[in-house]
Amino acid sequence: MKTAAISLPLLLLLSGCGGVQSALDAHGQTAILLKSLIIFVVATCFVVWIIVMLVLIWSLMRRRDGQAADDRSLHRRITIAVSGAVAATALIISGLTIASFYTTRGLDPARDPDMTIRVRAQQWWWQFIYEDADPAQSFHTANEIHIPVGKAVRVRLESSDVIHSFWVPSLAGKQDLIPGRENVLTLRAERPGVYRGQCAEFCGLQHSHMALFVIAEDEESYRQWASAQRKEGLQPREPEIVAGKALFMARQCAACHTIRGTEASGTTGPDLTHIGSRHTIAAGLLENTRGSLAAWIADPQTLKPGNNMPIVPLSADELRQISAYMDSLK
Amino acid sequence: MTTERRSSAATDVDLDDAELDRQLDRTWAGRTSFWGAIAAVDHKVIARRYIVTAFVFLILGGMLALAMRIQLAQPEARFINADRYNQIFTMHGSNMMFLFAVPVMEAMAVYLVPLMVGTRNIAFPRLNAFSYWVFLAGGILLWISFALDTAPDVGWFAYVPLSGPEYGSGKRADVWAQMITFTELSALAVAVEIVVTVLKQRAPGMSLDRIPLLVWSMLVMAFVVIMAMPAIMFESSTLIMDRLVGTQFYNPAEGGDVLLWQHLFWFFGHPEVYIIFLPAVGMVSTILPTFVQRPIFGYLPVVMALIATGVLAFGLWVHHMFVIGLPRLAESFFTASSMAIAIPAGVQIFCWLATLWAGRPIFKTPLLFVIGFIITFVIGGLTGVMVASVPFDAQVHDTYFVVAHFHYVLIGGAVFPLIAGIYYWFPKMTGRMMSERLGQWSFWLIFVGFNLTFFPMHILGLQGMPRRIYTYQPEMPWGGLNLFISLSAVILFSGFLVFFIDVARSWSAGRPAGQNPWNASTLEWAMNSPPPPYNFRRIPVVDARDPLWCGSDELPVASGLRTDRRELLISSVVEALPEARESSPRDSVWPFWAAIATSIMLIWSIFSPWAIVWGSIPIAITLIGWFWPKGIAEDES
Amino acid sequence: MKEQPVLDVSKLPLHGMGIASPAWWGTCTFMLIEGSAFGLAIAVYFYLMSLAPHWPPDVPPPDLFAGTCLTVLLLASVVPNVLVSRWAQQRKLGKVRIGLVVMSLCGIAPLALRIFEFPAQHVNWDESAYGSIVWTILGLHTVHIITDLIDTLVLACLMFTRHGDNTRRYGDVEDNALYWNFVVIAWLPLYACIYWVPRL
Repeated sequence: MKTAAISLPLLLLLSGCGGVQSALDAHGQTAILLKSLIIFVVATCFVVWIIVMLVLIWSLMRRRDGQAADDRSLHRRITIAVSGAVAATALIISGLTIASFYTTRGLDPARDPDMTIRVRAQQWWWQFIYEDADPAQSFHTANEIHIPVGKAVRVRLESSDVIHSFWVPSLAGKQDLIPGRENVLTLRAERPGVYRGQCAEFCGLQHSHMALFVIAEDEESYRQWASAQRKEGLQPREPEIVAGKALFMARQCAACHTIRGTEASGTTGPDLTHIGSRHTIAAGLLENTRGSLAAWIADPQTLKPGNNMPIVPLSADELRQISAYMDSLK
Repeated sequence: MTTERRSSAATDVDLDDAELDRQLDRTWAGRTSFWGAIAAVDHKVIARRYIVTAFVFLILGGMLALAMRIQLAQPEARFINADRYNQIFTMHGSNMMFLFAVPVMEAMAVYLVPLMVGTRNIAFPRLNAFSYWVFLAGGILLWISFALDTAPDVGWFAYVPLSGPEYGSGKRADVWAQMITFTELSALAVAVEIVVTVLKQRAPGMSLDRIPLLVWSMLVMAFVVIMAMPAIMFESSTLIMDRLVGTQFYNPAEGGDVLLWQHLFWFFGHPEVYIIFLPAVGMVSTILPTFVQRPIFGYLPVVMALIATGVLAFGLWVHHMFVIGLPRLAESFFTASSMAIAIPAGVQIFCWLATLWAGRPIFKTPLLFVIGFIITFVIGGLTGVMVASVPFDAQVHDTYFVVAHFHYVLIGGAVFPLIAGIYYWFPKMTGRMMSERLGQWSFWLIFVGFNLTFFPMHILGLQGMPRRIYTYQPEMPWGGLNLFISLSAVILFSGFLVFFIDVARSWSAGRPAGQNPWNASTLEWAMNSPPPPYNFRRIPVVDARDPLWCGSDELPVASGLRTDRRELLISSVVEALPEARESSPRDSVWPFWAAIATSIMLIWSIFSPWAIVWGSIPIAITLIGWFWPKGIAEDES
Repeated sequence: MKEQPVLDVSKLPLHGMGIASPAWWGTCTFMLIEGSAFGLAIAVYFYLMSLAPHWPPDVPPPDLFAGTCLTVLLLASVVPNVLVSRWAQQRKLGKVRIGLVVMSLCGIAPLALRIFEFPAQHVNWDESAYGSIVWTILGLHTVHIITDLIDTLVLACLMFTRHGDNTRRYGDVEDNALYWNFVVIAWLPLYACIYWVPRL
């Protein structure tokens, strides 16, 4: 996994929907700091446990000859040992508390972020809004964000239904998205790579299938990606895709999804303006291929039972046309 | 009036033991018919029912765990669908917390506290019977809803808005909320009984500094119940109101707040852990000295540690909410307070180690489970210190790391001592010993199976596996460990199976135990096994912390209690000086009817707010029947 | 084990009064439980208040008249209540009978006033979280009044039967009086909370 992060395309090729998702495989500024705290605390606790176990074994196994049960000096010695152990506990606890406190201070997102992304979590997908001072420059995406390596990205966390939790363990610790409140998290990837995250607060039926991907890339690649995302959805020319677009507008699809540059402007489902450019669909459930798009459109309720996308009755031809249209929206 | 009556009434003075036993038995024994069983108020009978029922719920909850392990053994398995899985993990948590752990610990208190403090029945025995029936009704409600595929699916914590009117469909969350009301009602009732029994019914001479440590732990637990449970009852009621009559407590659009739920829940939920844990450490502190044949080292520090744990329990609820976006000051405060709980825990562990060191261990099954407890609980305690740190918790919160942590605390820290306690007190409860050979088998299977099952979950959590997911995708690197965990769970289950087989066999065919098979020091071992309905032929008089280890064959007792009515001694709170001879209520079916009326009202109120009005009338009638004096000897004063 | 009688308890009374009575301790424990519940309700009130931009949100503060009358009435009822308790201690059956009848009336009167308290809040339970908590506090306290009223009525009936003249009953009367004091005292912070905090 670690070596894979070096070579982004290779990784995508090899692991399909995969990506790094581990607190121990840290590639973000915060996660690296947290990992060293984790190692320090676990090591300390491990030593404590070993000592307690050695004392336990000694207490159980030691030779006992001719020892008076109510010997006074013995009692005093035990008292001293127990008091010492309690004092040591207090010291260790204080040490860990201080280490914890300084780690928190090190995480302080006090300085100005380089950019801001707004997250609106929904049952069961992630809506990302790249904000810009110029509203025409802001754009939406779903379940997948790109960020430039080495830049502090402020993520504003909101929920539009129940409580979710935003967690990309290789980059940072988790933070809840709470209806009626806003939380903030700062991401800063130190190395390029694909970092997987998933919802960490139980949010209902498909809590298990609510993944997201953070793709950290060099600034130039990021800029290219962002400017591509700002463009309107491609106007199709191939007859199959043209038919697919017409169907999309005519059926229920457009009521829930937006494709900028068309009359489709629904907001309950993910923005599909550039769905073809994403690596996965249905919040990390399936790798994004024309086949999986068709499978998803044909029967979303079997692939991800309970999600909010209804089954739209389509003929085989219609299905092919719509999925071709989706696939073309790079 | 009193002097005149006393001369005519039968007392235990001048009776030989056999005749006294006969007369007491006539007064205290319940009838053996069906309605006699329904009407029973003997604390031992009620406690036995409680314990058996709670263990049935343990088995059912264990089945759910097994089902979850089958589902998680491989990625994208289709053994259980998402909806059922969410019901199952909700049921598993709610069942284990509310229908097993808390009730079984309180049941042990109901059985043991009156025996250990030297009295004949628990205070308010009818309330005790009532609490059992209410608890049973709550458990049945939850499991029937599961059988009907309408069980709660919102987690044992039922966070709003997922459980609220907008997202919680059907009556599922209401079933959860009302099950809470049932079980908390019964828990509160038992807590009241324990407090009054311990404070007012101790044997003469059992001053506060002579109370057995188990009784101390149960007293602290009862106070924690009293302070913590109102929060969850308030909460479950407001949830039902939000869902049924449209109050806006948890609706942010109308000035409510979803975090209010979490604050209330964990204000109860964290102390809940200590409600389970305190009785368990009380058991350890009672069992350990018996198997090293030496009094506990550091009685006073251990009592202080129990009380400190009970107090601190109310200062750390926010550590369950470390990722909600807290102000910095709150983070630091709750990190420090959560860490501080390690100190009273440490005090107890060091005192146990010192006791072991100074004594001569006898490696019988109860001691094995106590040693297993020390090993695993120290791990659970240390991972508890880890998650007490806000930044550490930011990575492991709501992952399998936390699942591992609290199973180490709840199984290692509470179920191990409980099983030790069952092996230890089974001879007293049934008059028969459990098998030492099967006991050793069950210990090793449970101990090894437990660690193999739960230790790898720490690693899974750090590897990024969240809790409460019904499946995971094949690309995630979790498949191998999950399969290993599922296989290890089989070892753990076989250990429990051996334990239950041992219980079933020994119940009918175990070796007779005699009064005091372990040569223990506390008062419950001073009478026959199983104890007679009146517990003590004569109330013991206590002049030491370990009354049965005073080197004498004779038990000092008090005489002068009546035999023609259920009578016990009331003593002062601190010194336990006798104050009065109080009557103890006779058997009655009214608590049963009151529980039925309460159950009807509570279940009805899931569907209609008017249930509170109309449903209260039968409750009032049954309560009047319950308390109306019958002009019998117990009513005399 | 052989038993060695070392203490004769036959001279002890057949029933303890006050702190020698388990019922008294039981009542206190229940008061502790319910006190916790009232405390929580107040905590929730202040929690919601801390989140709201205005308090009360978009409605005038509650009208004082009904609530204040009720408070005065409850406080006044403490006098006969303490007297009943004292008479019970002195085992004066006739006075206790009268006292319980008076106390029953003292339980009914606040209920009548309580009916006017709900509309005086100017908010319904389902309009806002403010309405919800205020109605819940009032409802919770009303339940306590009703519970104690029923207890008082049953005790009053009981004192007129052959079971009345019994130390145990006098103890019940005392415990009931203790509980009524609790219901009155618990109301004071609730009253301050509902009627005066919005005016601060």
